[in-house]
Amino acid sequence: MSDFSFWVILSNLLLATRWTVALSLVAFASGGLVGLALLFARVSRIGWLEWTTKIYVEFFQGTPLLMQLFLFFFGVALFGIEVSPWLAAWLALTFWTSAFLTEIWRGCVEAIPKGQWEAADTLAMSYMQQMRYVILPQAFRIAIPPTVGFSVQVVKGTALASIIGFVDLTKAGTMLNNATFRPFLVYSLVALIYFALCFPLSWFAHRLERTSNVAR
Amino acid sequence: MTYKLHFADLLPYWDLLLKGLVFTILLTIVSTVAGIALGTLGASARSFGPRWLDRLTGAYVEVIRNTPFIVQLFFIFFGLPAAGIKLNETTAAVLAMTVNLGAYSTEIIRAGIQAVPKGHIEAGVSLAMSRLQVLRYVVLKQAFEKIYPALSSQIVIVMLGSAVVSQISAEDLTYAANFIQSRNFRAFEVYLVVAGLYLLLAIVTRAALRGIGRLVFRGPGR
Repeated sequence: MSDFSFWVILSNLLLATRWTVALSLVAFASGGLVGLALLFARVSRIGWLEWTTKIYVEFFQGTPLLMQLFLFFFGVALFGIEVSPWLAAWLALTFWTSAFLTEIWRGCVEAIPKGQWEAADTLAMSYMQQMRYVILPQAFRIAIPPTVGFSVQVVKGTALASIIGFVDLTKAGTMLNNATFRPFLVYSLVALIYFALCFPLSWFAHRLERTSNVAR
Repeated sequence: MTYKLHFADLLPYWDLLLKGLVFTILLTIVSTVAGIALGTLGASARSFGPRWLDRLTGAYVEVIRNTPFIVQLFFIFFGLPAAGIKLNETTAAVLAMTVNLGAYSTEIIRAGIQAVPKGHIEAGVSLAMSRLQVLRYVVLKQAFEKIYPALSSQIVIVMLGSAVVSQISAEDLTYAANFIQSRNFRAFEVYLVVAGLYLLLAIVTRAALRGIGRLVFRGPGR
């Protein structure tokens, strides 16, 4: 029977937390970029472009993230490309994140009063100019609280990458549990570390929400 | 890409998929009812209970909302037996989903309660209604009507999240998919079909909830 002290368990979990953080950051950044591109398509006023984006969002919001992970893990392999859990998890989380962010940001763009579009129109601004100088700067302000709030979902979403073999905090917990047979302690610590990652983000999002309400 | 998709290999397993689908639906229904009941209690406790109960419920909500569902599930299924509480896969799955939805719906319903004007509560009291009657007929009725759309989307999120219960071998739709791909090695095909089934389930659930909402909140006798 191996001897795992509390500190060995904790330090191993903390080491694995680096990968949870890394995957969260990378997925959030790339998901944000794809989401921004999709946002332009979603509010482009070009029929087929809006429809395609809508279907994309519907698919990624209407299916379990776990299914998406499996699809990328096994799907990319069909092209003869060796897929590491890291690559599959990154791809799946990027698409999943982008779908949610597009939808959140679309709401923010649509919250801008019509008069703003019309005013920009009368100033002979092109569509891109209207977006760039009038709509997006205003939408950006109201988009910050829900975007920060969604980052919590991304951190929690990375926990599913453990299922396809990515060694993150959750996977490390499972492995340590198998080695130590102390599930109560191990999973309590895992939950505590996730909480320490997510709670500040939730708290910050909540605070932003309140202060921006006052400003309005 | 030279690979050809073989969906026909799934046909012999259609009954497994159906069984999994039914299990996922039942799991969702049971934990939705229990979760909303828990959320109603939680929201009432936070809005009208003593301070310590408000704090306690608040802590519960924050812990659940800031940890992944899969960790909650593992804690309940693997962790609780170490503390002497043994649960089978299905019970653990239902419990985890209930506790999860309970936390989210506590916050959602609480927002609805806060939106009820104080005057309505005072009006109820002046009609000699008891505190419970005011809660039941004045506060909760209006609160639920206001937050019904938000609650509906949370139910769909919980339904989709239930895919994770396959990891503790609860025999849901994802479990069926995992089993089938381990037999016929058509992983991509299986997961594509099952993802489609989930999508269908999400759309149907949303439509059903909208229908129920219309029936409950805009029905006759109101």
